[in-house]
Amino acid sequence: MTMMQASGRRPSRISAGTIGIYAFLLIAAVFFLLPAWIMLMTSLKPMEEIRLGNILMWPNAVTFEPWIRAWSEACTGLDCRGVSVGFWNSVRILIPSLILSIAAGAVTGYALSFWRVRGANVMFGLLLLGAFIPYQVFLYPLVRIFAVTGIYNSFACIVLVHVIFGLPIMTLLFRNYYASLPVELFKAARVDGGGFWSIFIRIILPMSTPILIVATILQVTGIWNDFLFGLTFAGRDNLPMTVQLNNIVSSRQGESQYNTEMAATILTAMIPLAVYFISGRWFVRGIASGAVKG
Amino acid sequence: MSSVSIRDLTVAFGSTRVLNGLSLDVQAGEFIVLLGPSGCGKSTLLNAVAGLLDVADGQVWIGERNVTWHEPKDRGIAMVFQSYALYPRMNVRNNMAFGLRMAKTPKAEIEERVTRAAELLQISHLLDRRPDQLSGGQRQRVAIGRALVRDAHVFLFDEPLSNLDAQLRNELRVEIKKLHQKIDTTTMIYVTHDQIEALTLADRIVVMKDQKIQQMGTPDEIYLHPANLFVAGFVGSPQMNFFEGELTGGPGGAAFKSGELHLPLDGYNFNSAPVTGQRLTLGIRPEHISITENGPWQGFKTELVETHGADNLIWVGGHNHSLRLRQPGDCKPALGSPLTLAPDMSHISLFDTQTSMRI
Repeated sequence: MTMMQASGRRPSRISAGTIGIYAFLLIAAVFFLLPAWIMLMTSLKPMEEIRLGNILMWPNAVTFEPWIRAWSEACTGLDCRGVSVGFWNSVRILIPSLILSIAAGAVTGYALSFWRVRGANVMFGLLLLGAFIPYQVFLYPLVRIFAVTGIYNSFACIVLVHVIFGLPIMTLLFRNYYASLPVELFKAARVDGGGFWSIFIRIILPMSTPILIVATILQVTGIWNDFLFGLTFAGRDNLPMTVQLNNIVSSRQGESQYNTEMAATILTAMIPLAVYFISGRWFVRGIASGAVKG
Repeated sequence: MSSVSIRDLTVAFGSTRVLNGLSLDVQAGEFIVLLGPSGCGKSTLLNAVAGLLDVADGQVWIGERNVTWHEPKDRGIAMVFQSYALYPRMNVRNNMAFGLRMAKTPKAEIEERVTRAAELLQISHLLDRRPDQLSGGQRQRVAIGRALVRDAHVFLFDEPLSNLDAQLRNELRVEIKKLHQKIDTTTMIYVTHDQIEALTLADRIVVMKDQKIQQMGTPDEIYLHPANLFVAGFVGSPQMNFFEGELTGGPGGAAFKSGELHLPLDGYNFNSAPVTGQRLTLGIRPEHISITENGPWQGFKTELVETHGADNLIWVGGHNHSLRLRQPGDCKPALGSPLTLAPDMSHISLFDTQTSMRI
């Protein structure tokens, strides 16, 4: 009997383990996709069809009317202008909060990792501690502070809150990223006569693209999904989309408009969803590089 | 022209003292090499001179100025790093011009100085490339160019060639030496753990170990008259041969005795008066032992021959000793063949075994 000579590429074999892994992945995918599927189907059906109860079925008559209603006509209390109001509020809150919190985190992280200020480690420790204290603890004191200073219930107030609460995680993210850059680069820039800001802007910031993307993803999803701060600090005229969605879904006038509510929910989730889809790779990298390693 | 004077310098990280009261004077225009194993404090010393580390005690003088509290940019220094430390998002031209821009130098002058430095280092054709488009050798040339445009009085090199492969290292070593000859008004302080770099580049070498200066001297002094056992063993490749033994007196004068090996010491220039019976370590470099017909050391056998091209390294054994000889490339004794050896008496070193100092 002759043995086959091993030569070239090793033949691949499907093992029980591989089958198990794929089966698990498939089940997990179905588990998470099912609710999304139900939402999407429901939002495309007229109410008559929804009452039949076949929640998994493709609609008999596809209609986009619930989407239009959710965007521009759905009512919160007596105000019937749809979630578009909340959408634009959220955008107005998001953009300055995003820019300011990332800028603050980047500068703090840069100062902590390169400039070796006295007490930097204590300062960083305190900042991290802040990240682990539940937000609810801060709510009432902050409300009092803002009420006294007179900016409570305003646009500036909600932006400030997002910047403050974004600072620990943003600082952690940037500090760890900057710690991985060669310190000799910083030394060379110091010998070349760079100061605090010129080194940051001309040398460090141009090298920060990956972490800036990660920070943007984290902050966009975080700020967009925020409910508690928006409800507490933004004031009536600036309520973000999440708060408005809740109001639409929970306000009952006669029959519940499931299709409109589903459409409004999907609309609200659209921004974070889009961020995940466009930048999934970066998102994973951010989690791996930022929060985990100390 | 600027001399550098380090006076009683102490650097501490937290409670650990990395340098403790170290003093060193470098003359203007001198090329000085700090040589030592990793962790000996040589890079710390360089960083302290650059102003990149805070000094706990003591002073740093550059020229006639006390720069102990000066910012790095105000010290009149330029620095080249092991990892090149080129700014990755700038092209070569902007890398070299960065320091001048920070100093608000007029545009025309920046252009002129960058062009001149680039020509000197033969990197003119690379000016518009980015660092990631350069090879290691080119990157280090750019890093040297960036230091050059600053017209600094003192150049600091922190192991600049350690990341390069052997051939490039040799090439750039020669260029750094030539560069210093061209701009011989510039003082250079060069940190390395590579003894060949130290011996070839330096006007004077400072050998460091355990945060202390072990010896300071010209390459010849360091190589031929090491001040202690550490310097003797650290400098020189292949390593110096060591024999432990003792000093014997007698009618023929002082002699060194190690087991059956015996070596009369007339003609040796003692640093301090030797005492009969003193424990000694004899050091002889591999090239200072010759194979002869009638030398004082008989009964050695060839154990191994390493071919190095121009010369051969011959390992011989006998009398419970193993030693290395460096011989011309055509000398290849057969394995096991008996040899008679003659040490070159003008090039031996004697150390007190206890204090490890040269006597």
